[in-house]
Amino acid sequence: MDKNKPASQLSCKYRSLLYRFFRFGGGQAISVFAKIITSPRIVFQHQLSKDRQKVYYANHTSNADTVLIWAAIGRRERTSTRPVAAADYWLASPLRRLIGKDIFNILPIERHAQNRTVDPVSAMADAIGDGSSLIIFPEGRRNDTASPLLDMKPGIYHLAKHHPDIDFVPVWIDNLGSVMPRGEIIPVPLICAVTFGAPINLKDNESQQDFMTRARHALCALAPLDAFNTEDAS
Amino acid sequence: MTPPYALTSSHASSGDMVTIFMWLAAVLIFATAVSEVLAYRSRHAANPMIENLQSRIYAWWGMIAIMGGAFAIGQGAVILLCAFLSFNALREFLTLTRRNRADHWALVAIFYVALPIQYLSIWMGWYGFYAIFIPVYAAIGLPVLAVLRQRTDHYLTRISETQWALMVSVYCVSHVPALLFLDIAGYEGRNILLIAFLVLVVQSSDVLQYVWGKIFGKRKIAPDVSPSKTWEGFLGGVMSASLIGAALHWVTPFTPLEAFGMSLIATMMGFFGGLVMSAIKRDRGVKDWGHAIQGHGGFLDRLDSVVFAAPIFFHLTRFFW
Repeated sequence: MDKNKPASQLSCKYRSLLYRFFRFGGGQAISVFAKIITSPRIVFQHQLSKDRQKVYYANHTSNADTVLIWAAIGRRERTSTRPVAAADYWLASPLRRLIGKDIFNILPIERHAQNRTVDPVSAMADAIGDGSSLIIFPEGRRNDTASPLLDMKPGIYHLAKHHPDIDFVPVWIDNLGSVMPRGEIIPVPLICAVTFGAPINLKDNESQQDFMTRARHALCALAPLDAFNTEDAS
Repeated sequence: MTPPYALTSSHASSGDMVTIFMWLAAVLIFATAVSEVLAYRSRHAANPMIENLQSRIYAWWGMIAIMGGAFAIGQGAVILLCAFLSFNALREFLTLTRRNRADHWALVAIFYVALPIQYLSIWMGWYGFYAIFIPVYAAIGLPVLAVLRQRTDHYLTRISETQWALMVSVYCVSHVPALLFLDIAGYEGRNILLIAFLVLVVQSSDVLQYVWGKIFGKRKIAPDVSPSKTWEGFLGGVMSASLIGAALHWVTPFTPLEAFGMSLIATMMGFFGGLVMSAIKRDRGVKDWGHAIQGHGGFLDRLDSVVFAAPIFFHLTRFFW
């Protein structure tokens, strides 16, 4: 099975009405469940164009981050958006594979360099070339430190190099880490916020450092005021 | 006494309840007409105050429809509605409290154990349990759950804030449906009207304080806590809402004078509740508790006056009637 192709391209025989119903119904059910648990305040600070391809890049504190962004962008946008996610997690069991590939249509990425056959950035660039939007977490791992945002990996810059015309949309997810902290299994129904900022694009001749700084600032600007001056360890 | 588990609508109260809701509908129709006229007159320039007024009034239609529906179905629906309000108040409150990962089990216990048990014991009419469950058992159990995880940073702050969230959002709010099981001689089968009375007086005091304040408000009461509260709004709102309470004495076990006095206490408590809850919001740097109710903010922005009024009103009624 080719890991990097979306499920919709796998085989025609699955594309029955029942299968499409399962994808749609499963997606809706997960989205509604996520919204009931987190009652999210969803804010688009900038009207995002429906017709442009985007790379949503977000802070990462919880396993459910992907689900919440996915629920927040709406049904239409969802069909063309692929979360970039860890292959070792999402392809580990048949159930995860089913949810990951068939409902979320994830783009699986191998986290450990020694197992890689495909470079993650070129896999993402290919998916954009196929017409998809992406959801990425440029910190590269879940943040369970006291710091609100870890250093961002330069992959986002290399992706922008491949596709300079793509909109990079910063997304700040607030409080989801407390709904279900690492290692817990029962979610606590606290209120979350998902804030989408204005998209940024790679400028002509912009250096890696400049672009990374700009991307980081655009993301941090969406965080609540107290995020960067609290002594809370959470 | 209303027998426990008798969770159907009582005929003794339904006629009076219909009268109350007819009056509410009349007031809302009037308010809607006024706000539409105001909006029409300011149609050439955006006026955020009038837009907010309009969405507040539309939300009132929704809230009164939901309450009316619960009252029509009966006691069980009223209890469930209050449990739902507590749940939403709790999530709004706990979203703002200081906590860390070690509190996860305490939070799970609050949402999935403490809240259902509190409302279950209300449903059973078990006064001896619901009056002490949260102040005793939860107050002792939660710090134990939190300490087992061995994280001591801000420990006292964390458990105190969590306990306060539970007290305000669940314990206090649950005293509204607890009124259903008060044993008042000569008032059998009509307790549901006492809920309508309390909620109506306290909420109308909120609305009237807003109206009096907007029209006559000059001298601020507590500008560092809530810049919108004025002496004129406070006195006008509390007095006129208490007069409404006196006029509603026929649905209560009170004489007109007693109804006025009870309303005065409830509206004063409502005012202080609002002030205390504003102080918490200000401390945490937020304007509203949430975003669930259009124009109003969160559930707690509407409940803030009820939370202090309900237990006091409940116990005064229990002592003296």
